[in-house]
Amino acid sequence: MQQIINFLIRNKNFLLFLLLFCLSLFFTIQSHSYHKSKFINSANFLTGGIYESVNNINQYFNLKEENTKLLEENNRLKSILFNEKNELKENFSLDSSLANQFKLTPAKVYKNSFSATNNYLTINKGKRDSIEEDFGVITSKGIVGIIDNTSKKYARVLSILNSNSRVNAQLKSSNHFGSLRWDGESPQIVQLVDIPKQAQIKVGDSVITGGLSTIFPKGIPIGSVVSFELDQTKNYYNVEVSLFNDMTSVGHVYVIKNRDAAEISKLNDLNE
Amino acid sequence: MNNVVTINIVRFIVLVLLQSLVLNNINFLGYINPYIYILFIILFPVKNNRMLFIFLSFLLGLIVDLFLDSGGVHAAACVTIAYVRPLILKFSFGMIYEHQTIKFGNMEFGQRLSYFSIITLIHHLILFSLEIFNTSKILLTLSKTLFSGIFTVLLCLLITVLFSSRRK
Repeated sequence: MQQIINFLIRNKNFLLFLLLFCLSLFFTIQSHSYHKSKFINSANFLTGGIYESVNNINQYFNLKEENTKLLEENNRLKSILFNEKNELKENFSLDSSLANQFKLTPAKVYKNSFSATNNYLTINKGKRDSIEEDFGVITSKGIVGIIDNTSKKYARVLSILNSNSRVNAQLKSSNHFGSLRWDGESPQIVQLVDIPKQAQIKVGDSVITGGLSTIFPKGIPIGSVVSFELDQTKNYYNVEVSLFNDMTSVGHVYVIKNRDAAEISKLNDLNE
Repeated sequence: MNNVVTINIVRFIVLVLLQSLVLNNINFLGYINPYIYILFIILFPVKNNRMLFIFLSFLLGLIVDLFLDSGGVHAAACVTIAYVRPLILKFSFGMIYEHQTIKFGNMEFGQRLSYFSIITLIHHLILFSLEIFNTSKILLTLSKTLFSGIFTVLLCLLITVLFSSRRK
């Protein structure tokens, strides 16, 4: 017994080091699995609060850019309103349940990163604004990511620039769908994998979200095809997609709530 | 004594805020960021309570992790360099370290450079290999380590030169 205690006292530095190192490894490994990094994330009152006060100053520097973006979006929405009034009305009146299926909440980005391999954003809406996990996040130009953690006032968004991110996507021209992921290199380019080789792909084709996931509605723009090639099995295409959205400057975003998500996932669980 | 404690507390807070609010938005050439918060570990007094030092380094890393949403990679890297620091000190400074009279401001430039670069290299290597966590991307890991490391060492040297108090 004496010897064990002596051993502990002699090596206390090493043991402390080992303990803390294992603890941080545990946090690291946890952060690699979706939905499990509960302790270490920036959606808490301390870091969220600091980011908030800094953002209050920073936003003045981006006012011009944000105004241009809003103007562009207004322009786009107005043109839809004036030109396709009849068509739009028909669509919605045919299926009024669809119009109510998705609820949008505007939010502001407090922190954005794009240089690491696992990037996250922090936004200023949380549980208080009934934001929950697995809601989609978009801008007027394209998708941003998926909510992965919420606190009372803030929420953390798993960016599409994250090696753990998987988003269901498809080609606009045909209905062949695949899964969107990121290889951790350029913040402008993401990869669309598992597109069957029967699909007709051309450089410049648009890629949109597929309707298969309950997170995003179908048809939100993602990006355009830069290049494509068959993978090792020669059955599927790997497509490089250039994002419409400039992920390095994201100011205002919309959070999408799918009101039917619970119902759909309940149905899916029945199958399994 | 009290003065040393205050200086270190202020340094801790300033470095964490500087790192998370300013330096992480540099993204030079897309992905190169300096990680100068390790200056706290580099400049921590040589005569110290080692357990406290290791624990403080862990805390520093963890707070940076909180800000950057990176799990525990910074904490792991910080704990490691805090643990191996005596060895590096002995390697870079030799005899002077034995007498425990190191004043970082007065050391020779070459010795200081080697000390800074070894610590930065170890820190960045652990940081990026844990962050990328993928052996097939070892080239990306090494290039990130190298470029960010050069950036970090340069900035650390600049800061220590600028803020060293030369009261002779």
